[in-house]
Amino acid sequence: MDATTINLRHTPLAEWHRAHGAKLVGFAGWEMPVMYSGIVEEHMAVRERAGLFDVSHMGRLDVRGAGAEAFLQRVLTNDLARIAPGQGQYTLALNEAGGVLDDLIVFRRADGYLVVMNAGNREKIMGHFRAHADGASVELVDRSADLAMIALQGLKAPALLAALTPATAALPRSAMAEFAIAGETMLVSRTGYTGEDGFELYPPSARAVAVWDALLAAGKGLPAVSCGLGARDGLRLEAGYSLYGHEIDEETSPWEAGLGWAVRPEKGNFIGREALLELKAKGPRKQQVAFTCAGPGIPRKDQALTDGNQEVGIVVSGTFSPCLKLGIGIGYVRGGGEVPAGLGVVVRGRALPVVRSKLPFYRSPGLAGGHP
Amino acid sequence: MSVPAGLRYAKSHEWAKLDGARVRVGLSAFAVAEIKDVVFVDLPAAGTAARGGQSFGAIETVKAAFDLYAPVSGTVHAVNGALAGSPETVTRDPYGEGWMIEIEAANPEEAAKAFAGLLDEAAYAAHCTAQKH
Repeated sequence: MDATTINLRHTPLAEWHRAHGAKLVGFAGWEMPVMYSGIVEEHMAVRERAGLFDVSHMGRLDVRGAGAEAFLQRVLTNDLARIAPGQGQYTLALNEAGGVLDDLIVFRRADGYLVVMNAGNREKIMGHFRAHADGASVELVDRSADLAMIALQGLKAPALLAALTPATAALPRSAMAEFAIAGETMLVSRTGYTGEDGFELYPPSARAVAVWDALLAAGKGLPAVSCGLGARDGLRLEAGYSLYGHEIDEETSPWEAGLGWAVRPEKGNFIGREALLELKAKGPRKQQVAFTCAGPGIPRKDQALTDGNQEVGIVVSGTFSPCLKLGIGIGYVRGGGEVPAGLGVVVRGRALPVVRSKLPFYRSPGLAGGHP
Repeated sequence: MSVPAGLRYAKSHEWAKLDGARVRVGLSAFAVAEIKDVVFVDLPAAGTAARGGQSFGAIETVKAAFDLYAPVSGTVHAVNGALAGSPETVTRDPYGEGWMIEIEAANPEEAAKAFAGLLDEAAYAAHCTAQKH
């Protein structure tokens, strides 16, 4: 055991991962499986059948009380008035300067809200929320420890979950409801981060292993494959989803990241609104570009983008796409002017020509458009 | 997998096979077992200068790129072009069809001297064991 694995936190499924041959890595302070059988195999299993991901490292927070809605409207950019009970919404939390603190999903429940945040931003967001919540009317309950979180994703994921609980088939995209799965009543949302149809399940932590086993056993003939964070990252990049610390951070505005649709300034005041409107009036400081590689070679985070003469930007995500069978990436070109033609990515000192692409890189036949 | 006799190894896991002034180079079975999903092997063109201990190329997996280091100095004499179309050969047959380049040293004596400075099989096995823990 090397020093980097000391003091890592463990999900309720950690022992299961270890016992089933997962390659484990430290991620955002957690020991998580990066892969089991191989990243490409797991990736294609999700695209063609179904995959199971332990995402219990993400933060889960209940927001309740008479002031809950007003509080969330103030700390989040999207407009909660647009969703009814049982629906979910992709949203952002900003700092006062309009930088993105995190991207989150908020579900409106009959008795309050469930907010799901990135593992790496958990402490930051919990602290930010506590600092802005009026304790008399808003109750914040961290559910991260008592609830696990399992993502079942893939072209055949709906059929697989319906084999256990037929009623799940009728759950609309982005919605959340309670279902009995493997003898346990739990929240289930029709959400995910792979560009495929699928679900996220929130069983009590003590039941996480039983639910995981039941899901693996459910797919007779088309079994779900256990997948690690390696496949998850490739799937989200093919689907064109932003990853915090890559496409979005405190130095990037939602518009620069192509996430302006999750910002509703017309709803009223929220933290970061004024700075954001100023930023928007000034125009973008950088422009996002998605690209595929024209030849062999794979772009990686932090490599330079070049116009052939000089460095013009930086790669924020890059990988080999198992579906396209070539290198794909997302980067930012500095400035608000026209993106130079003949863009290349500098890989080991050589400029590798790239072809600009629209997002997503891959569109699943199982998902008719639509972000999260 | 059969490991050919007479190979020597760099701490960075390249194997070397001496043949006169030429040294054939590949990546060890230990290293390729640690690397899954090889998608691209970036090799230099024949005629390129190689410097002992310095990077001559890279092996790219889905997740990351790993530099490849030349075990000896010289000129790249031959390149395994077949890896361009089937990079996974490196994983399947690391000591055979998965070879990467041949470096030609200035003369056989220099090649032999650099080769002798690499780890023998026992020392390399001990190095791998140490890396695993």
